[in-house]
Amino acid sequence: MIAAFDLVVVGAGPGGIAAAAVAAEAGKRVCLLDNNPSPGGQIWRGFRSENARKYPYGSEFIRWTARLKASGCEVWTGWQVVDAPAQGRLRLECGGESCDLAYRRLVLASGARERFLPFPGWTLPGVMGAGALQALVKGGLDPRGKRVVVAGSGPLLLAVAAGLAHAGAVVEGIFEQATLADVARFGLHALVAQPGKIVEGLGYRLRTRSTAYRPGWWVKRAEGRSRVEQVSVTNGRAERNLNCDWLACGFGLIPNLELPRLLGCRTVAGAVEVDTLQQSSVSDIACVGELTGIGGLDKALIEGEIAGWAAAGRASEASKLVSRLRRVRDFSLRMERAFALRPELLTLPTPETIVCRCEDVAHGALKRCDSAREARLHTRCGMGACQGRICGAAAEFLYGWKQPSVRPPIFPARVSTLAAELDMTETVWR
Amino acid sequence: MYAIFRLEPWVSGALPSLHAEADEEKLLSESRISITVNDRPVQVANGTNVAVAVLMSGDSCRVSVEGEARAPLCGMGICMECRVTIDGVSQQRSCQLLCAPGMHVVTG
Repeated sequence: MIAAFDLVVVGAGPGGIAAAAVAAEAGKRVCLLDNNPSPGGQIWRGFRSENARKYPYGSEFIRWTARLKASGCEVWTGWQVVDAPAQGRLRLECGGESCDLAYRRLVLASGARERFLPFPGWTLPGVMGAGALQALVKGGLDPRGKRVVVAGSGPLLLAVAAGLAHAGAVVEGIFEQATLADVARFGLHALVAQPGKIVEGLGYRLRTRSTAYRPGWWVKRAEGRSRVEQVSVTNGRAERNLNCDWLACGFGLIPNLELPRLLGCRTVAGAVEVDTLQQSSVSDIACVGELTGIGGLDKALIEGEIAGWAAAGRASEASKLVSRLRRVRDFSLRMERAFALRPELLTLPTPETIVCRCEDVAHGALKRCDSAREARLHTRCGMGACQGRICGAAAEFLYGWKQPSVRPPIFPARVSTLAAELDMTETVWR
Repeated sequence: MYAIFRLEPWVSGALPSLHAEADEEKLLSESRISITVNDRPVQVANGTNVAVAVLMSGDSCRVSVEGEARAPLCGMGICMECRVTIDGVSQQRSCQLLCAPGMHVVTG
């Protein structure tokens, strides 16, 4: 006997919450899944209705979680989707338990992760993503008095630096690899198209106060005995060394495409292809938020609402929102162009620099391979526990390799989960 | 050009009240729980995630196949660098789990 829903939504960030709430309000039986201990995704991580108001985007969080609660949607947190064992079925795992869910329609809102690029020293403890450090601080890590270098690329760096500075960290500098001209042009376009976004960006800059924002600079290496102690940054001509406790370094965001790809959704240029109702190439599956292209909160909420209305069979309501989407999508295209990765980043890894952290495969060994498949066969690159989620994007950038196909289980799972019998007969429609 | 975006210290009015944050911290610290990391006691605020408790203990999370110490990279359940053994169950992503009273965490 398995639980069955009209709509299952995977990922309880803004896009997933909006889709689930709208569809449940319209009378559908909806289940919202997330692997994290609580809903909110990355942008609303650590928010609670009591404290959310003081954070950026807090009012949206309060509004949407209230709607979600009142909608009657079931929310399952701590559950990881590991497989799709049959048409209309997902297999989930939570701690030592597993179960199958049946759905009539599926909305995928699995969000994005940071892109990591290898440089000497990037495997040292204390070197992590920019979003990662922000997430850990929200998870209880005390940043007071810690010296942090923020580096990499994208508007997230400013948000992270501002948050860290506000929480008491000493931000030693923000190093953006994109050129000042590109960042400035992006800022100008954003001001015209999306005044809200630029005010948000300015707010971040102001909050980082005396910390310098340095476009055209990037991390060259990190050093330390048992953890990171010093970081070298360069602009291609000069080099500077900074002492630090943490290096927060991420090169933009990339969508978590494993589940949509496993389910057969067509992707184009690193994102799921969807129609105006967020429908993917698979008839009962819609995708929203970062999966369809990195665009942040506004895009995720609008796409989530559209998918929610569509799942409820109210396409006319959905199409009212489509014009709002055009503007936010245009914004995300400009962002992608402005923060394009500079070719100098290709030269950062030395032959000894590890690229695949799960299997400790170095750049030198990978340079000799011609494809991701060959690298897998000869070096085990991408065959470890993260299943190529981290090194895959790095290898795509460094060597131009296409990511190999996705195979189940999409996350490491227990043998008992994989071996569980598939029950196709009895379902309890909720 | 190096410091072209150096920022002036005059705007702190936009910040949420620091006072409110201190109050909240006090509330959180009143509900502290104890766990062990490699048999050493660690006190954390209720709601702290396990990866953070490990970092607070001063230990890293796992040892790589070549013997390097590793700590969280992504902080959001993707990179698998934060894997630890929790109450005897190995290969747990510590960044995706919250500390519970009496939890035993073993790294390496």
